Amino acid sequence: MELIINLLINGLATGMLIFLLAAGLTLIFGLMDVLNFAHGGLFAWGAFSGVWFYGLTNSFTVAIIGAILTGIVLGFITEKLIITPVYGNHIQQILITLGFMIVLSEMLKVVFGPNQIAAKTPPLLSGSWEIGDVIIIKYRLFIILVGILVFGIFQFILKRTKIGLIVRAGVMNKEMVQALGINIKQVFLYVFMVGAALAALGGVLMAPYSGVIYAEMGMEFAILAFIVVVIGGMGSFPGSLLAAILVGLAGSFMAYYVPALSLAVNMMLMAIVLIFRPQGLFTAKG
Amino acid sequence: MKLEPILKTENLTIKFGGQTAVDHVNFTMPAKHFKSIIGPNGAGKTTFFNLISGELKPTEGDVFFRGESMAKYSSVERTRKGLGRSFQITNVFPNLTVIENVRLAVQSKENIRYQMFRHFTAYKDLHIQAEKLLEVVLLSNKANAVANQLSHGEKRKLEIAMLLALDTEVLLLDEPTAGMSLEEVPAILDVIKQIKQAGDKTILLIEHKMDMIMDLSDSIMVLFNGRLLADGTPKEIMDNETVQNAYLGGLYDEHLA
Repeated sequence: MELIINLLINGLATGMLIFLLAAGLTLIFGLMDVLNFAHGGLFAWGAFSGVWFYGLTNSFTVAIIGAILTGIVLGFITEKLIITPVYGNHIQQILITLGFMIVLSEMLKVVFGPNQIAAKTPPLLSGSWEIGDVIIIKYRLFIILVGILVFGIFQFILKRTKIGLIVRAGVMNKEMVQALGINIKQVFLYVFMVGAALAALGGVLMAPYSGVIYAEMGMEFAILAFIVVVIGGMGSFPGSLLAAILVGLAGSFMAYYVPALSLAVNMMLMAIVLIFRPQGLFTAKG
Repeated sequence: MKLEPILKTENLTIKFGGQTAVDHVNFTMPAKHFKSIIGPNGAGKTTFFNLISGELKPTEGDVFFRGESMAKYSSVERTRKGLGRSFQITNVFPNLTVIENVRLAVQSKENIRYQMFRHFTAYKDLHIQAEKLLEVVLLSNKANAVANQLSHGEKRKLEIAMLLALDTEVLLLDEPTAGMSLEEVPAILDVIKQIKQAGDKTILLIEHKMDMIMDLSDSIMVLFNGRLLADGTPKEIMDNETVQNAYLGGLYDEHLA
């Protein structure tokens, strides 16, 4: 029982981190049909800048804010410089965003050095609670709470605000939104920046969770995020949460019971979903 | 007609390859006027609409809205200026509720680009405006239904509500009764009548069903093979021999057979 609960919390925490990455990805893809393979780079930049800010100020709050700001700035640059010229062309998007992903990774090494960097858990969140036989690591619980909070805030924005309505409608039919006289490109820039901020938030939360950060972490997590987007249904926000949790749990349980399959399980999950529901678990497109 | 024409075309022409779909059409329309366009299938009615709304660029000629050439404006810009159109194929957001569909159109009119994060009361205003529009199109009872569960006729009504929400001076309605069951047609006619009676819109309507437009229209123009065959009051059109031969008579029967 104790083991199951620990694996559950572990899986949920990983799932939430993947969700933060996938949430931006799914909206970016859903809204403008843009495949952004550089998204993982923003995640890694969030981690590195967060750790840097933490080292500078010793405040985890500042680290989080710093990482989010880094994400927003990098998101703005990426959208304007890399994405805008290749609207509507998937091949070009894949090529240039993959290239930019490499640039982002290598730039990390230039700025922060080529070695792994250790990331400390802030004192307030380190340690664990013991409830009966079960040991619950505080930081993991914290990640889960942040994930739920982010999901709640974004669900509210999507359902109850003007921009949320435009985004949801844009995911269904962007030409029609444009025909109504709404400047969808402007909206997309905002969505892209917010998506980048979420990725960076995921990165900074990831750092103390794994203990070390390295430039290639972005690529590794981006693959999981893409799997989540496909499983959850492209463009679906709730779908990405559910799929991220699914992938997180599958990973954590498999890593314990069948370690050899722990990487393959996500691919298998995706394959099964694609066979029975090619559009993903949720559909956002009309 | 003493009023300055709100809408005018000059030698409006478009060729697709060797085919001339719209052939040197000149027409003017005063503000607050209700004009219908009739003509057999393939007469170029929808193409003519697409030229006015900016979906297609003319090979020759130009469209003038309040005396201003529309040549350099895209369809989106024309909508902002006051030329709104509905589509022959219904165009609503399938997974949004009815009220959300209308609210989106309402807020797009409100120049949302600069006020996207305005607070909750403003949001409430939008909701109330959207509800009013649903009343106009007799769709209040479906406000919270998801759009893809509506019948075809209800979707057309929703589409008209969205068009009205844009609050454009000119409404271009492309066969609002197309594909509708006979029971649904009177309701749409009621909606259009209500809009007309409100008296603040200029309406240009494409329609196949002659009987429907006879009492509604201030004037009717007939397109045939891309050319403007006749333009006049409903009575003049009915009495026009060329029209009778080309459309109401021979060809139309042939078309029905």
